[in-house]
Amino acid sequence: MREFIFYLLIICAGTGGELCVSRAMKVVGEVKDFRPRSLIKVAARALRVPWMWLGLTLMGTAFFALLGVLSIENVSLVVPVTALSYAAGALGGKFFLGEQVTRRRWTGVLLVCVGVALVIMGRR
Amino acid sequence: MNSSAGLHLKTYLLILLMVIFGPLGNVLLGKGMKGIGAVSLSTPAEAINVLSRVLASGTIWLGIGSLISFFVAYMLVLSWADYSYVQPASSVAYAVVALLAHYMLREVVSPLRWLGVLIICLGVVVVGQTPPRTTEPS
Repeated sequence: MREFIFYLLIICAGTGGELCVSRAMKVVGEVKDFRPRSLIKVAARALRVPWMWLGLTLMGTAFFALLGVLSIENVSLVVPVTALSYAAGALGGKFFLGEQVTRRRWTGVLLVCVGVALVIMGRR
Repeated sequence: MNSSAGLHLKTYLLILLMVIFGPLGNVLLGKGMKGIGAVSLSTPAEAINVLSRVLASGTIWLGIGSLISFFVAYMLVLSWADYSYVQPASSVAYAVVALLAHYMLREVVSPLRWLGVLIICLGVVVVGQTPPRTTEPS
């Protein structure tokens, strides 16, 4: 039960956080200059986008849930299970960010999910 | 064409950094948390006790540093590439996690689990053949 809550938090808060952060970075625009001073300016610009703060809060929640479950389970199980967020991620990319998810990309995501299922089944 | 090639090159480079630092961070966190033991959050005092032990662990701080490196690479790549491209493309990290967990933490990874990891990587290849950006820059 405790693991279930941890996983749910990692997947939902983690995916939600990433979607918010992704949306914030799209507001910031494409990063073309990788010099440290420019990157600091990018960070400052990113922190002025409210989506970034919501995203960081959600990702922080997911991080502590990850720590919690890692105290109980093996990394080689926990990390693949968190990949269940792929389905949520593709759906979020499509409906929340307006990205076009091609059939080919859906197939890839589906394969990843099948792999994750096998990883869970390979527990013993 | 040149700028498209450049876009692909920097996308791949940053995804490579994500694939190294993300799994390393997770494995270090796992190592640190295993050292701390099963977390109990039933009372506030216990939660504070756990948090102070987490913050005192050098391994966990190394893991956090590694994850921050991952996060910076992730942020940068998300400024031009689609989330639904980057997230699946970076899933090769799952293979790296299994390798690191096996060799660094001596976790037993069963054949079925390796098969699962292989299929995840296959999915990554399929996803990698789609264009990195489908929305117009605003």
